Amino acid sequence: MEPVATPFFFYGLAGLAIVSALLVITLKNPVHSAISLIFTLLSLAGLYLMLYAPFVAGVQIILYVGGIMVLFLFVIMLVNVERAGREERYSRQWPAGLLASAVLGALFVFVYVKGSSIFPVRMLRLPETMPDTSNTQEIGLLLYRDYMLPFEIASLLLLVAIVGAVVMAKKRI
Amino acid sequence: MGEITTLHYLVVAAALFAIGTVGVLTRRNVVIVLMSIELILNAVNLNLVAFSRLYGLHGQVFSIFVITDAAAEAAVGLGILIAFFRNKETVNADEIDLLKF
Repeated sequence: MEPVATPFFFYGLAGLAIVSALLVITLKNPVHSAISLIFTLLSLAGLYLMLYAPFVAGVQIILYVGGIMVLFLFVIMLVNVERAGREERYSRQWPAGLLASAVLGALFVFVYVKGSSIFPVRMLRLPETMPDTSNTQEIGLLLYRDYMLPFEIASLLLLVAIVGAVVMAKKRI
Repeated sequence: MGEITTLHYLVVAAALFAIGTVGVLTRRNVVIVLMSIELILNAVNLNLVAFSRLYGLHGQVFSIFVITDAAAEAAVGLGILIAFFRNKETVNADEIDLLKF
């Protein structure tokens, strides 16, 4: 089976992702930036679905949009937003930062134009038949078999992050 | 419109990465800087998932680890931000100069 109107959805989602990413770094109000970042994350979840990664797309929506962005919005509410609206948005060294980013972008363009033969540009073929196991099952097998030690280390990292966040945000320990 | 190849996804990811670096280097508000870091991590994730379409599921597993790291980083970064806001009543990156001579 062939997917329907793939370029249409790809360009739509990619355009939405890039435009709302630009809005994140240009809007004055941090709340508006957070909302456009949510749009970027959702359109990236759509791109993951187009790449046949439904589990990562679900994790993206549940964890990023449902967890991290709510955390961001809470912190924006805790620190005062009114002052941020009246202040200068960009720091004094913005020309240097923009120049550095432009150099980085030029490097990307150079690599992708010159070295595009290095990257596999072959078409993304669909599997002919439905596989026996689902994407989530295969990721689970990989995660608990091949990546057991990194998985445990990630849990340790999350524990340290929880303790660190509580220690830092608490007034008196 | 042609066919969508891996390179298309890589170009989108590169654009998101560049936009994220612009945000990190030019914005004053630390909350927006942290959001730009999230943009950068998401660009990397898109690369990993795009290549996992060609080379098997390892890229998707790695992208899950990257999402875990992003969650930990956001929690710790925002905790630091709250602690700092309590001391100096500001969230601007160029006013955070306690360690500067």
